[in-house]
Parts: sequence; structure tokens; C-alpha cells
Amino acid sequence: MIINHPILGPRDAQEFTYLGDASLINRPDWQADDAAKQFYDYQYLRDNPAGEHRELWFHEQGDRSWLVVTRNTVTHEISKVELASDVARKEGRSK
Amino acid sequence: MTQKNRLTGGLIDHTKPLEFKFDGKSYQGYEGDTLASALLANDVRLMGRSFKYHRPRGPLTAGSEEPNAIIELRTGNRQEPNTRATTAELYDGLTANSQNRWPSLRRDFMAINDRFSQFFAAGFYYKTFMWPAAFWEKVYEPIIRKAAGLGSLSMEADPDAYDKGFLHCDLLIIGAGPAGLSAALTAGRAGARVILSEEDYICGGRLNSETNALDDMSGAEWALQTLAELQSLPNVRIMTRTTVIGAYDHGIYGAVERVSDHMAVPADGAPRQTLWRIYSKQALLCAGSTERPIAFENNDRPGIMLGGAVRSYVNRWAATPAQEIAIFTNNDDGHRTAADLTAKGVKVSAIIDTRTDAPTSEHATVLAGAKVKDSLGRLGVKQLSVELADGSIRNVSCEAVAVSGGWNPNVHMTCHQRGRPTWHENISAFVPGPDGPPGLSVAGSAAGIMSTHGALTSGAKSAVSALKSIGIKAKAIRTPKAEDAPVNLQPYWYVKGGNGRAWLDQQNDVTVKDVKLAHQENFRSVEHLKRYTTLGMATDQGKTSNMGGLAIMAELAGKSIPEVGTTIFRPPYTPTSMGVLGGRAVGKDFHPTRKTPSHFWAEEQGAVFVEVGNWLRAQWFPKAGETHWRQSVDREVLATRKSVGVCDVTTLGKVDVQGTDAAEFLNKIYCNGFAKLAVGKTRYGLMLREDGIAMDDGTAGRLAEDHFVVTTTTANAVSVYRHMEFCRQCLWPDMDVQLISTTESWAQYAVAGPNSRKLLEKIVDSEFDISNEAFPFMACGEVTVCGGLRARLFRISFSGELAYEIAVPTRYGDAMIRKLMEAGKEFDVVPYGTEALGVMRIEKGHAAGNELNGTTTALNLGMGRMVSKKKDSIGSILSERVGLNEDDALMQVGFKPVDNKEPVIAGSHLMAKTGEVNAKTDQGYITSAAYSPILESSIGIGFLKDGGNRKGEILRAVNPLKNQTVLVEVVSAHFVDPEGERLRA
Amino acid sequence: MRFSGLKVIKEALTGHKGWGPQWRNPEPKPHYDIIIIGGGGHGLATAYYLAKEFGQKNIAVIEKGWIGGGNVGRNTTIIRSNYLLDGNEPFYEFSLKLWEGLEQDFNYNAMVSQRGILNLIHSDAQRDAFTRRGNAMILNGADAVLLNAEEVRAEVPFLNFDDARFPIKGGLAQRRGGTVRHDAVAWGYARGADQRGVDIIQNCEVTGFRIESGVCKGIETSRGFIGANKVASAVAGSSSRLMSKADMRLPMESHVLQAFVTEGLKPVIPGVITFGAGHFYVSQSDKGGLVFGGDIDGYNSYAQRGNLPTVEDVCESGMAIMPMIGRSRLLRSWGGIMDMSMDGSPIIDKTHIDGLYFNGGWCYGGFKATPASGWCYAHLLATDTPHETAKAYRFDRFEHGYMIDEKGMGAQPNLH
Repeated sequence: MIINHPILGPRDAQEFTYLGDASLINRPDWQADDAAKQFYDYQYLRDNPAGEHRELWFHEQGDRSWLVVTRNTVTHEISKVELASDVARKEGRSK
Repeated sequence: MTQKNRLTGGLIDHTKPLEFKFDGKSYQGYEGDTLASALLANDVRLMGRSFKYHRPRGPLTAGSEEPNAIIELRTGNRQEPNTRATTAELYDGLTANSQNRWPSLRRDFMAINDRFSQFFAAGFYYKTFMWPAAFWEKVYEPIIRKAAGLGSLSMEADPDAYDKGFLHCDLLIIGAGPAGLSAALTAGRAGARVILSEEDYICGGRLNSETNALDDMSGAEWALQTLAELQSLPNVRIMTRTTVIGAYDHGIYGAVERVSDHMAVPADGAPRQTLWRIYSKQALLCAGSTERPIAFENNDRPGIMLGGAVRSYVNRWAATPAQEIAIFTNNDDGHRTAADLTAKGVKVSAIIDTRTDAPTSEHATVLAGAKVKDSLGRLGVKQLSVELADGSIRNVSCEAVAVSGGWNPNVHMTCHQRGRPTWHENISAFVPGPDGPPGLSVAGSAAGIMSTHGALTSGAKSAVSALKSIGIKAKAIRTPKAEDAPVNLQPYWYVKGGNGRAWLDQQNDVTVKDVKLAHQENFRSVEHLKRYTTLGMATDQGKTSNMGGLAIMAELAGKSIPEVGTTIFRPPYTPTSMGVLGGRAVGKDFHPTRKTPSHFWAEEQGAVFVEVGNWLRAQWFPKAGETHWRQSVDREVLATRKSVGVCDVTTLGKVDVQGTDAAEFLNKIYCNGFAKLAVGKTRYGLMLREDGIAMDDGTAGRLAEDHFVVTTTTANAVSVYRHMEFCRQCLWPDMDVQLISTTESWAQYAVAGPNSRKLLEKIVDSEFDISNEAFPFMACGEVTVCGGLRARLFRISFSGELAYEIAVPTRYGDAMIRKLMEAGKEFDVVPYGTEALGVMRIEKGHAAGNELNGTTTALNLGMGRMVSKKKDSIGSILSERVGLNEDDALMQVGFKPVDNKEPVIAGSHLMAKTGEVNAKTDQGYITSAAYSPILESSIGIGFLKDGGNRKGEILRAVNPLKNQTVLVEVVSAHFVDPEGERLRA
Repeated sequence: MRFSGLKVIKEALTGHKGWGPQWRNPEPKPHYDIIIIGGGGHGLATAYYLAKEFGQKNIAVIEKGWIGGGNVGRNTTIIRSNYLLDGNEPFYEFSLKLWEGLEQDFNYNAMVSQRGILNLIHSDAQRDAFTRRGNAMILNGADAVLLNAEEVRAEVPFLNFDDARFPIKGGLAQRRGGTVRHDAVAWGYARGADQRGVDIIQNCEVTGFRIESGVCKGIETSRGFIGANKVASAVAGSSSRLMSKADMRLPMESHVLQAFVTEGLKPVIPGVITFGAGHFYVSQSDKGGLVFGGDIDGYNSYAQRGNLPTVEDVCESGMAIMPMIGRSRLLRSWGGIMDMSMDGSPIIDKTHIDGLYFNGGWCYGGFKATPASGWCYAHLLATDTPHETAKAYRFDRFEHGYMIDEKGMGAQPNLH
């Protein structure tokens, strides 16, 4: 597979390390009343869709960016690649 | 050495004779021959035996789809089983042997199976060999295994080298037949970066085997002329002897170039083969098509082959399979074969054409509406029994039969990404479907365009449109005038009637009857058919046999062939050597070897090294007279604890953490607090995974307000850094913190023992006060050494002694170890290896990889109270789950044998002193054990249920693997200096 | 019809006219007591044991395509019970014992062949871990042997002992491990279930569950609604997709695992060998092909195919440990979809929906589990209580911290 790195251009997926669903960005609030339930859901449950999947890849043998790759799990077609830090900010994460 | 069946002409060099041996007998062929063509020229039709019935077999084809003529090529450690004689290029001195026969190819004892074939019907083995139960492994299976298999391996390591390489192109053209050549020329002239790959050793494909003219040239001449122009274009790379094996995601293709297979041994320094990973913007499949047989009784005798193959042997290789050949056909190709044979002076005994309206022929008698009922000839066909249109039987004598059942487009590559082919009624064959790999188009007969003219024009047109899609303008070449005959074919899959066997899959001995039996037993999906009968599972993967099986299935089920569907085409396109897939990653080069900065110095000391991940680390440093590793290790431990020792700890992961939020960042990734760590101080830190399990431990030293140095274990250096970057980029993107791995940037040495400070005072420049007062336990700081070299000094201890770790830039690592040893002479300094390091950490009760095994929590490790509840840190929430906090949770403790002469064995399980020993009574396990020379006893640490409250208890450490039981006492894991006085000294 | 050597001879002499269908192709009935979704190994085994051992009569197995077309038809055929943890080892040992009597039990030769499995050891830490594991196996009634380097060499001298990047320091062997002809397992269970009245319905796709007031009443299929008292999912590789139709999110990801076979060779490898310092395990089929595999590709996928880097990685490992296979040829590669759970261990449990049961998350260890999985799932379905050996395979173990994590990799499925 080839991942079109937003900064570096097309790179063989072999340069990257895969983590999983990009929902891992949305780490719950540790002080929420139901934090235990939220963390369980965050850590263990997955949509695991057949189709479009937003997922985290780390450019381990490259610039060490975490990327959010939108990829179809049936065809492996990649439709979007973003810097995970940009996505995280968009989703309201800061410090 | 006569070549009885050698003709004139062809694309071989009659002036360059080559000697070769088959089954010990010497023959002569010519340059340009394959092993099969050379054997046929020498009137050798028998080249192999089938898998199950050991039927005598000759070549069915002239290409990579060959099921029958497979042999062991070469001898000794280059012996190559299952090699297709039809693609093996002849070289001088070639040696080949037949396989899967005993004692000889002509007299094969196992051919007895053929006599009893009715007992070996499809799937018979699922129904028997069940009684008595124990007989399967002991009796039946060993016999079956010995009889099965095909060729044999030499059992010696492959002596040849294999390479891997990467190529990039605008357009990859797979196959250099008429379509591929015309596409390549079109794209090449447009200036596109083109790769033209061809599995054969010459370009041209069927142009080399057919006699049709292109303009006023022969096909082969046109191919040569086109090739010459392509060779002159710097933007075109022509790769012959190169098979594209698979279509992978995003335009990536795997290809194998057989660099040296046409030579006795590879040239000096050259690989045998190269695996290319080709990155293409567009690809064009011009892989041609494969002819299919018509099944009839005893259609597997040597000499019975495909019509196109006969034309290849006669036209390209100037080798006729026999002097008299019969033709069996359902389409006009058979007549083409007759014309070519006649032109070469080979007698055609008859054209048996299933079509009642078959055209007449000027070359031979045409038996229209006839079919071949049976054949005769033990080791080679001698006669056909033909049923004429009127039902009468005529015997036709022949020594070879050219069978033409139509052609199947080679759609394989279009299906490698689970695309499905579609049915093309006109040619009665599957053609590429619309759902092939993105970026791959198809031209020529691979696309079902069966005429030469069609191939040429579709190749050019497809190249134009493929390039257009990537913004390159190209103009289709003017294609030469060529044959453009329509396909005139009557679908005909097998000859009905009769009680004998008609072969579909010749290698695996799957017959029409087997397919019928499978249907009878309700194996009616194509996949069931394949798996129950093994149809299409041989080394040719059913290239010539699957269609016949499908057609019969369809007939039995009352369905159409497309309704029955196909099995799945999977890579590789043709069998691919394991060697080339392994490439250079063999032997010691399997993984890179990482050496520490003191490696060469350690080698000079005679160190014994050990693999730690990809690192090599000194395990111990034997001295003269030491005959057992324990002597060395004990000495290193005692000397360190007595005076001072030095150990290379460079392999520990190091991460530089900088930024105004650095402290807060560490506070989040460690379960214990880091926000308030003072500058100039180091702290032990435990990282949890988000699931609350311990991930890694290490230290973090604060060099400045906004600058920390984090260490990780050797094993987790990469994954911890990755995790930290995840936290930084994905969880807290606005934190002002930057990370960089500096594992390779600093050479780091542990200097441990009561005299470590004295030693370091000789190294560290005098303006830096490292006295106990100025530089107490857990201090850290930037210093200079040896007169100005920048260094980092940490007063941390893994051994439990007064100890430091000193880091210098990696390039000074070698100098540093030499300096330390020099300066330490007066203290009798010793270098110590990982083994002594391990002993000392066990004596001190420090957790390491064996304890941080991915299932243990801070609580298990005796550090439960370190997990701060007052802050947000990774893993803190989930670490509170009930299952991780049970009252009798495993706790890390130490173990001493009651009798100090007995060993504590890591991996032993802990049981009460008396009572049953089984999984239900299991109370824990020993993770690490060592002999402590200080305590003069074997000791261990491990996890015990509620271990923290059980000190003094006597347990059994059981090791049933070796029938050992040792009584152990539960003790504190801090065997040495539990109060920590030494390290604070 | 009973299969036997005598029957084979009789049929051979009479033209094989007496062989009937090995299972029927019935039309679905409007209602069953128990419907099992998924005609793979686990689903068919469940039906077989429900009928044979638990006295259930009115059972259907619903299969989207053809039976045995999922992972039971595309695995590397290994059986073993060399597990470490309490939650797993008793279950896999139960499974191995069922394998040992399976062929006589279901009257089908599945070629259960206990030629042994050998896990190579390359470091002292690995030996410590394997010692603990081997002891756990023995304490659970399984067999295990710890070998030193010389003993390994005596048994498999063709491995790379002299020029290895990661020297072989020993091995943990389980002599009762081995291989089984995978397709025959599906067919044997199917035939056995069919003979006991189970309806095996192929080419019938489940499109939804009918759930009323928290109770599952049956399934919607491409062939209409089929009612059931109990509906049981056993659809490895499709678990998340199927259960999403009941609005469930599962603790798993689906990944592709590639597997490989070489051309047929005369016998070279006695049993199963695994090379832990690389990613490679291999056995040789009775037909002669070296059957091998390695790691999953590592990204979520339902594509049933993988990519070149993994192919190369696996073959590199093979060449590193067995340099004598260099001149053999890879014949075919394929891919199966593994439902990789969050701790590497499976789930056999009721769901929160009454009447809806789940079996899945087998990662790439499902084949060896087939008999026990079927038996334990049948036990759960018939008695509504978990089987003794499968008690730990609960849905809620993640929420409450009772993970069964053999490899200690945590909640990252592609590392298990």
C-alpha cells in the first residue's frame, strides 16, 4: 500500500506502524462521572466497519508523524490522509 | 547423439550445440532450446510421472502452465525440484532428473496405483484409514506421505544469493507479446517511463510460435524490430525472464527476474534471481491466453499435447514432438496446426474436428463431427480410437496428438484483488471483469481479443488511454497488417461415453469421473469441487484444467459456466522460489545487527556476546582460566560489589523531552508524579498502558526546567517512543513539548560499586563536584569529562551499589570505555556483562522484562501506591478495574531455596508446601532466577498470590517439565542492601 | 451410511454408484429451536454436538456461501494446546482431546496427525517464559517437553544452527500437537450434523435480526424470515459486521492473515515448527506442500488478501531458519479475515439480548479450537450455562479487568 503523507508525499505503507481506529484520539475525560465506563468503551470497543475506516498510522521510519488515514477496509482504497495532530485539534483536543 | 526430431529453422542457434543430461543419459540441444524442446528433438516424450497414479507423462504445453513435464533441475545443493522442463532454458552441461518415480522413469514401481485406481477415487481417503485409530500416524500416514510429494529438496542450504529491488514507472506492461510490444512502443515513443516485463527469455509471445505475417515480416521479425526500437528508448526498461507474480494494492506489483537461471551457476557476484517491487502509476496486462485441452479417455499419454504447444515446438524451437501427429480440435486452430506441421514436413495423420461443419484442409484428412474416444501406448501415444460422425470407430496412428480446445485469457492478475472474471460467449471463456485492480487495464488476448490484429491495436489503444489517465499524451503506433480471423469455435469440454478415465488435472490425476463423483456427493460449489477432488491445486494451479472441471460441473448442475463461477486466482502467477522472497535476509543478515559503542573494545577483551533484540551485548567477559560462564559472572558481580565495575547500557532507550510543558507531559505518561521533579534530579518512573497494565519503566532526569531525559528498557525503546509521540500528537497536540529518540546518540555506561565515585572523579572534569553532598543519589546533570567533552551524569543504580551512569556522544563511546578502564585500574575495575547485570538486579529485586511481561500491574509489581489518583495519567482509570485489584492479587516477592544447594528455576510454578500439584492449586510463578555469589545461594523473584503478606512462608517451586520440586522460602525481593544504604553512600 | 475401508472397496468394485450426498440441501423451515449463523468449522461443530451430545433436535446452520468457506477452509491446519493462562489452557486441552477421538466420533477421516509441534527458543528470557508455559500445560494435564539446543538439533537438523542471526537455544515441544486436514473437519461435522437431522442451509445470507423487546425472535435472511428460540452467531471474520445488525459493538478488529503453500515436496519436515524470533511457522501437508504463515498484515481489512511486505517478511523468516527451502517454490498465497480480539482470546457468551448468543474473536487460533468451541458453544446454547473450560470467555471481562492476554500485548489487536 502507499500512503500519501500530507508533508512527504507518497510513501510505502511499510514505513509506517499501524495502531488502529482513529477514535483512539478521543480519550475520555478522567474526571467524568462515568469515566470507568467511558474508558472501557474507548479502549476496547470498535466499530470495525467493512468500508471506510479512519485509522492511525505512525511514520516510524520517516518523520514520526502520526497520521489519520481514511481507508476502505474492503478495497484498501485510501481517500484521505491527515496529520493526526490536526485532526486532534479539530476534534477539540488541546493540552 | 542424434536429434531425430530436429527440424530446420526456428529461433534456435543451430551453430551452438549444447550438451545436457536427463536421467543420466547425455543429449545434445541448441542454444535457444528449453529442456523440453531439446528432449523432444531427441525423441524423448516421457518426462515425468503424475502425482497419484504415477502415470507416464510428457509435456502438455510449451510454457509456464505445464502440469506434466516437471523435473529436478541441477544437482547437489542447487537441486531444484518441480522445475518445468518447458521453461527451463538449456545451457551447456545442464543436468536434470525425473522425479516422483522409483526406481526409474520408465519402470516406476508406484505405477501399481494406476492398476487400482478405482480404489483411489476423489476423496477416498476421507472415508477410510480410520481403524484402528492409532494406525493413522503410525502406518497409513507415513506411507501416504512417502508416496506423495513431487520432487525432493537437497536438504542443503541454498548457495545462491538473491536480491530485492524497487522500480518506479508510469506504465508497467505485463507481457511482451503483440499487445505488449505495441503498447510499449506507443508509450515509449510518448516519453512515458515504461517497464515491459516478459516471463519468457525472448519477447514476442505467440508471434514467435505462429507463422502469420505482420506486414511483410514474420511475427518474430516484427517482434525483434520492435524490440530494437524499444531498446533505443532510454525511458523504456525491458525485463525479460521476469514474471509479474502479483498485483498488490495501489499499483504495486511483485515481479521476479530470473537473472541467472539460464546458466549453470550465477556469474560471480550476481544473484540467482531478483524480486522487484514495481510501483506503477498505471499497468497494462498483456499476459496472453492459455490453450485448453479437450478431455478424452487416456488423454494423458506422452505425446498428447496442446495444439499451440505443438506449433511452438515446431516453429520456434524446430523440434517436432513426433514424425506423425494427429490433431483433435473444436476450432480453426487445429487446422492452423496442420498447415504448420505440413510446412515443416511433419505428417498429419488426421484432423479430428468436433464440428460437423468443420472446414476442409489441404494438409490432412478432416474427420468432421468426430471425436477421440481413447488412446493407446504405454509410455507414449501410438494410436487414437476415433468415433466418426456416423458413430463408427476409426483407429488413427500417431506418435503425438495436438489438441485444441480454445483459449482462456490469462485473467489471473485482474483477480488478485478479488475481482471476478466475466463470461465471454463468443470465445467460450472468462475474460477480465470490470472490478480488477485500480489502474490495471487489459489488452490483447488476455482481454479476450484473440486475433493478432486485435492484440496489436488493443495494445496500442490501451496504452494511449492508460497514459491519458495520468496526463501523458500518446499516439497509438501504426500497427502492421496482421491476421484478424474471428474465433470459430464450438465449445467442447470432454468426450462423453465410455468407461475409462479422461483427465482434467493431469498432474493431480483428477478425471471427469472424479468431478462427477464430487457432484454426486454434493460437493457442488466450485470451491468444494476443488478441495474434494484437488482439481487445480497442482503446481500449475489449474491453468489448463480448471475450465474443464467447471464445464462439467455446470453440465451436471444444469447451470451455465458463469453461474458456476471460478475459484479464486491467487498470487503468485507462477510458483516463485522461496529464496528470492527471502532475498538477502538470510543467515546472519536476517536482521540488522546493532553494536554498541564499546563493541570492538569488548571483542578485544574476549567478551561473549548475546542477542538482545537486534543488539549484540557483552554477556560476560571470560578471563583466562575460567571454564564455566558462572565463574566469570560471579567474579564480575563480586568485583563490582567490592570495588567497581563498568557496564555498557547504551541499548537502553533514551528520549529527549523538551518544551515548557515537558514536565506536565511526563506527568501524564508516567503513573507517578513528575510535575514537581527538581532540576538536577532523576526519578524512577513507571509507565502504564491505557489498560492499566505496566508498559515500561525507566528514569527521567530533569536537566533544565524545560528539558528531561527519559530512559526506557532496551526491548521497549521503539514502542515507548511511539507511544509518547502518540500522546503528544494525538492526545495533547497543543502541549509545548518536543520529543526525539536519542538512543543512538549517546554512549552510556553504568559505573557501579563502592569505588565508582573515585573512578569517576578521575574522569569528570574537576569543576564539577560529584561528592555525595553535591551530587547525591538520584542527582543528574550535564558535565564535561576528560578535559571538556560534554557528558551527562546520572546517579542512578540498577545494581544497588553506589552507582552512576555516564553518557557521552556516541562517537566518543569507544574512547570512553577505554578511559574508564584505564582510570579504574587502581581500583581493579572490571567490565561486566548483561549476565552480571541481571544477577545484581535480581539481588536487588528490580523488575525487568521477565516481570514487565505485559500482564502485570503496578500492584503486582509492588508499586501499587505509585499510581497517582490525583492526576490524569495514561492507564490510571482502567488500572482500577476490579479484576486487577483482587485481594489475592499476584505480588512480586523474592524466593530463596530452603536448602541453598538447590536451584531456583525461572518458570517454576508455586504450590503450597503440601497437597495436590495442579493448575487449580497454582499460586504463582517464578519469573527470574540467578545464583547470587554474595548470598551464595540461588535466588529468584516472581509473582505470588497475596505475596506481600506471605514472607517467611515455605512453598514448593515445581518444574514438572524436568520433574523438579524445590522448597523455597518467600522473602523480600530486595536480597541485597534492603535499606538502600549502599546506593546512597 | 457409514464410511469404512470395506465400504470404499465395495464401492470401488461397483463403480462408486452407492455414494450419496454427504449432506442434504434442505429448504429452510419457518422456525427452529436453535439457529446457528455460520457454516464454518465452529458453527458446524456446534450443530453436531448440539444434536449428538445435548439432545437438541430442531437445529439449522445458516451459511451465506458454501460451508467451510471461511477460516476453516483457509488456515494452516495446526492443532495444539500449548497455552499459558488459566483461562485458555484447559479449553485448548479439551479441544485437543476431542481432536484425538474426532475421526472415530464423526466417522470421517480428517487426517488428525499428531506429529508434534516445536516452538523454538532463542533467548534465556524466552526459555524462562516457555518453562513457565510448559509447566502450565503439564499442570493442566497436557503434555510438554523442554528441549535443549542439542536435542532440537537431533530432531530437526536441517534448521539453521550454524549461521543463525538468532541462535536456536532450545525448544518447547508438544508431541500431541500436529495438523488436521482442515476442509475435512468442516465436511465431517456437516455430514455428522446432517445425519442427526440438522438442516444445513447454504447460500442464505443473514440480513438482520428480529429483536422484539430485547428478545431475539429469529433472523431475516436472503431467503426470508426464519424464526428461532435461540440464535447463535459463529461467523469468524464477519463478527462485527453481523453483530452490528443487532446494534452491538464488539471488542475486536478484523485483520487479514496471509498463509502460504509451496509446491509439493517429498517429506522434509516432520511436524510443526515455529520460529519466534521471526514470524514463521511451518508444517508439511500429507500432499507434500510446505504450509506456512507468519504475522497478520497488521491493518484492519475485510479484503481476504494481503500485501507484499508481509509475504516477504514471512519468507525471509523461513529462509533464515530453514535455508534448505531456498529452491522450493511458493505455489499459492491467500488471505483470511481474523477477528482479532482485544486480549487475543475468544468470546463464547450470551449477549445482552435474550436469545442471541455469540462465539467469536478467535484471532488466528480458531482452527485448533474447533471441536471445543463447538462443544462449549453447544453447552451454552443447550444449558444457558458456560462449559467448565470456557467460563473465562465472557464479554464483560474487559470492562472488569479479567483479560486473558497470552502475549501480554494489551488492547491492541494487531499485536496478538
